[in-house]
Amino acid sequence: MNLIISNSSGHPIYEQITDQIKACILSGELSEGQALPSMRALARDLHISVITTKRAYEDLERDGFVVVVAGKGCFVAPRNLELMREEKRKQVEQILEKAVEQAKAASISLEELGEMLSLLYED
Amino acid sequence: MVLQVKEIHKQYPQFLLDKISFELPEGAIMGLIGENGAGKSTTMRIILGMAQADSGSVSIFGHEGVTEQDRAQIGVVFDELPFNQTLFVSHLGKVMQGIYPNWDQQAYEEYLVRFRLPDKKELKDFSRGMKMKLSLAVAMSHHARLLILDEPTSGLDPVVRAEILDLFLEFISDGKRSILVSSHMTGDLERIADYITLIHQGRVMLSKNKDELIYGYGIARADRQTLAAVDSSLVEAIQDGPYGSQALINDRVRFEREYPDILLDRLNLDEMMVMLCRNEVHRQ
Repeated sequence: MNLIISNSSGHPIYEQITDQIKACILSGELSEGQALPSMRALARDLHISVITTKRAYEDLERDGFVVVVAGKGCFVAPRNLELMREEKRKQVEQILEKAVEQAKAASISLEELGEMLSLLYED
Repeated sequence: MVLQVKEIHKQYPQFLLDKISFELPEGAIMGLIGENGAGKSTTMRIILGMAQADSGSVSIFGHEGVTEQDRAQIGVVFDELPFNQTLFVSHLGKVMQGIYPNWDQQAYEEYLVRFRLPDKKELKDFSRGMKMKLSLAVAMSHHARLLILDEPTSGLDPVVRAEILDLFLEFISDGKRSILVSSHMTGDLERIADYITLIHQGRVMLSKNKDELIYGYGIARADRQTLAAVDSSLVEAIQDGPYGSQALINDRVRFEREYPDILLDRLNLDEMMVMLCRNEVHRQ
């Protein structure tokens, strides 16, 4: 697993970690039941504070991607299809949001945008 | 809690340490920041029992007061290397063996190798970086559960500092041991500290989870009138300049929602300190 962290983006480091681990789980790179590195080992290897990796893991657990077993560690949660779908839906929504922003800035109407979307979808 | 400082109060002739309180949990690193003379070193000396407070208490390892047994489990690094300057590192090992009941000679020798600290060389001929690494090697070779470090990396180059920071993360990786480190290297603390405590003129101005601070606060920049109009409950301090002003904002999410058009920069500890400590800054 690769975790590429930017120090200078506005994006909090714990969010970057959470997002990237989620992506690994969704893509199958991390498989169901697989153990994640301990949050302390992760902090050491990324040269960051434990409180940051702790937050990342807590958010992953909150969103249903991992299960924290006290005394044992952190494991990838069983594949929950609805969860995966919801996550993908969120990602698409974010991309569409950007498209809408730029369309508005370029005075492209909703109608035009809709047409573009239909054409692209049919490809 | 590994360390609990409760309302430490001490009146000096020219200075007052005013009800200092903060807590350091197990397996955590707390960065203590503040101007020189703010009271950081004094607080640390009181924690170690090297000075007595007028009132308040210090709890270490879950009980009040510091016993001899506790001291054996606390590793200390203060600025001056407190060792005889004509010693070799091997002599130092023998001296420490006589002082610390839990002295781990093997661990010490491993650190000497790891830090490339040569034997048969008098301490007075060591560079500043080497002296610092030696102090840390000693502090970490007697099974300490708590490290109390006063400016352990000042004057050191970035390469050595990175090495030492990794060492800190390694030290706390068992989840039981903790580090209290006072430092001006705020960039380092931003990366590896779990908690930040700011001491200013003898008082704790804030003591917070590092991520909540760095990502929860922010620095807003705009012209004076715009910032003056911001809800004062969001503003900790405002600093005016000839070409614009900046404000220390304590709730990034709320600020971005209510004032989306005002530039809000990520917090950095240096700027935060200047805004909270500098005299000509208006604090709310």
